[in-house]
Amino acid sequence: MVLVLALGDLHIPHRAADLPAKFKSMLVPGKIQHIICTGNLCIKEIHDYLKSLCPDLHVSRGEYDEDSHYPETKTLTIGQFKLGLCHGHQIVPWGDLDSLAMLQRQLDVDILVTGHTHQFKAYKHEGGVVINPGSATGAHSSITYDANPSFVLMDIDALRVVVYVYELIDGEVKVDKIDFKKTTTTHACH
Amino acid sequence: MYKETVLPRILEQVVNCKDDIAQHYLMDCIIQVFPDEYHLQTLETLLSAFPQLQPTVDIKTVLSQLMDRLSNYAASSAEVLPEFLQVEAFAKLSSAIGKVIEAQVDMPIVGAITLYVSLLTFTLRVHPDRLDYVDQVLGACVKKLSGKAKLEDSKATKQIVALLSAPLEKYNDIVTALKLSNYPRVMDHLDNGTNKVMAVVIIQSIMKNSTCISTADKVEALFELIKGLIKDMDGTPDDELDEEDFKEEQNSVARLIHMLYNDDPEEMLKIICTVRKHILLGGPKRLPFTVPPLVFSSLKLVRRLQGQDGDVIGEEVPATPKKIFQILHQTIEALSLVPSPELALRLYLQCAEAANDCDLEPVAYEFFTQAFILYEEEVADSKAQVTAIHLIIGTLQRMNIFGVENRDTLTHKATGYSAKLLKKPDQCRAVYACSHLFWVDDQDGIKDGERVLLCLKRALRIANAAQQMANVTRGSSGSVTLFIEILNKYLYFFEKGNPQITSSVIQGLIELINTEMQSDNTTSDPSADAFFASTLRYIQFQKQKGGAMGEKYEPIKIN
Repeated sequence: MVLVLALGDLHIPHRAADLPAKFKSMLVPGKIQHIICTGNLCIKEIHDYLKSLCPDLHVSRGEYDEDSHYPETKTLTIGQFKLGLCHGHQIVPWGDLDSLAMLQRQLDVDILVTGHTHQFKAYKHEGGVVINPGSATGAHSSITYDANPSFVLMDIDALRVVVYVYELIDGEVKVDKIDFKKTTTTHACH
Repeated sequence: MYKETVLPRILEQVVNCKDDIAQHYLMDCIIQVFPDEYHLQTLETLLSAFPQLQPTVDIKTVLSQLMDRLSNYAASSAEVLPEFLQVEAFAKLSSAIGKVIEAQVDMPIVGAITLYVSLLTFTLRVHPDRLDYVDQVLGACVKKLSGKAKLEDSKATKQIVALLSAPLEKYNDIVTALKLSNYPRVMDHLDNGTNKVMAVVIIQSIMKNSTCISTADKVEALFELIKGLIKDMDGTPDDELDEEDFKEEQNSVARLIHMLYNDDPEEMLKIICTVRKHILLGGPKRLPFTVPPLVFSSLKLVRRLQGQDGDVIGEEVPATPKKIFQILHQTIEALSLVPSPELALRLYLQCAEAANDCDLEPVAYEFFTQAFILYEEEVADSKAQVTAIHLIIGTLQRMNIFGVENRDTLTHKATGYSAKLLKKPDQCRAVYACSHLFWVDDQDGIKDGERVLLCLKRALRIANAAQQMANVTRGSSGSVTLFIEILNKYLYFFEKGNPQITSSVIQGLIELINTEMQSDNTTSDPSADAFFASTLRYIQFQKQKGGAMGEKYEPIKIN
């Protein structure tokens, strides 16, 4: 059981003062094995905070990130799964699943994690899974109105990944989960 | 009996001994030995002894101890509080301190302030609801400090920080502290460095307590208090400040801006204007930190007003999206002082999207104009250009407000600049991204199949040129990745039903890629191979879907 925290688009301090208190109290160091962040933290303080939760931190570059040296895309293997990470402002039209699927094919990954729209999505297609963890602070977005703060926790176990999405709705944290299985014979995720 | 007989006699002895060390020790003993209730009841008598002591006795320490004891006594149980009121403890202590400070002219400033800190602690414990008492203590301090130069003694400044922090900690609410008229006056006497330290303490208090500052007046008062962070004091920039510290400082101001909020749009607009007024005094170093949060705060207000019809008959409604866009325009313009063109470009695009959602075509067009001007004139770095053009394309793709002419002008510019990026692969990608400008999936969206195809063909030409260049410069063909990307875009529009994109066109492209990949000239590229393989798998999957999609894909042959 490998826990991977996926989050992004915090936009601190441009659009939000801080992570919601209820999220902060849930995110405790030492419980998570990997963190993948879609980008737009935006400042070093946030990078350091995430690093304190888990040393294995991967970040892709968002267009407002202070550190312009984050990579445009990143791929990593966790267990049996190949994961891809990209902020998403580079993929036009923004949030378009077919265009994101193209990136997924290009990176050759089972799970593509991307952001920018601040809208949580977990979408399964023949080529794999596309996950958008939304905005961890519910930051203002020109694309999504009234985005709730959200993040994703993936539990990767052999050929199965359970995606837990945590959303702050009206002051309460609501959790939902989606199951995905991978078959070894094809590259596809079902 | 204590009050009538014991204490007066003891005090007489203490005063008459005229030995400063003995006096200090004995006063100390009296305070430690006898219970606090006794002290309360004999306060006047006890305090009257102090001015009679030898001038070299460290009265302030003894007095502070007395006040600390009484503070703890007050904190121990709520039942004792009425007693304090009954004996008018505050008034007596306050006046005693005043007398001591007056009498001991040589007392260093830190001594006086320490006394006031003790008195303030006492007041906050015993009379927390009496803001006037708290203000009085601060006022006495101001009086002591006035007429002197700004404090340089670090011990004294530490005490002042303690003095100012006490109300914040007690009330957990900056708004209460803002009501203390002497609070800003005390802060004025701090040197710039300490002033900033205090400002940070104030901001931290707000963040910790999630305090919302909800009126323009309070915001004005708050920004006056923290002015050391907002602008250069005394006109001289603070060169000594470490860059990291400066960033942290300004980031905390940025976070603070999100705590300033009111549901009422008129008041919110006033708050925005107040903040704007202050941050524009911050100078080029501070603007990149403070402008973005203000812009987004304003965009949130615009969104709230979006649904409303601003024209209420007979009423003057100052808070309209149009008005706010004007303010936004001027605010973002200030970034040219820094200069911060990339940030300004992003913010202009955000405003354009917001204007689009408000059905304000000319405003949206103006914001795009500003973004393009910045792109043309200020964004020189090639990597920055790539990001900027994609942001422009992405935003433009989402615009539904533009009439044909405006839209054509902007898309023409976007495509033109895309083709002029420095590196050929970047050109190629930006140009095929532009294809989406001519096809919007919405009901009323533009669906210009021909122009889509033109973009894709142009991208192909660029990819070809890139291949040839690689041939010439490196002696081998570059990667076929660009062709595979373009193929994927052809498939995208094929599926959307662009009549210009036929299965034979796609077939041709597949053949082309196959040929390129098998050519001797081509360097092997496993990721390109994998990309092509997954693209072909996708085509296969679509063929097998059956139905309309399957039919569409039927003519396309893959090995």
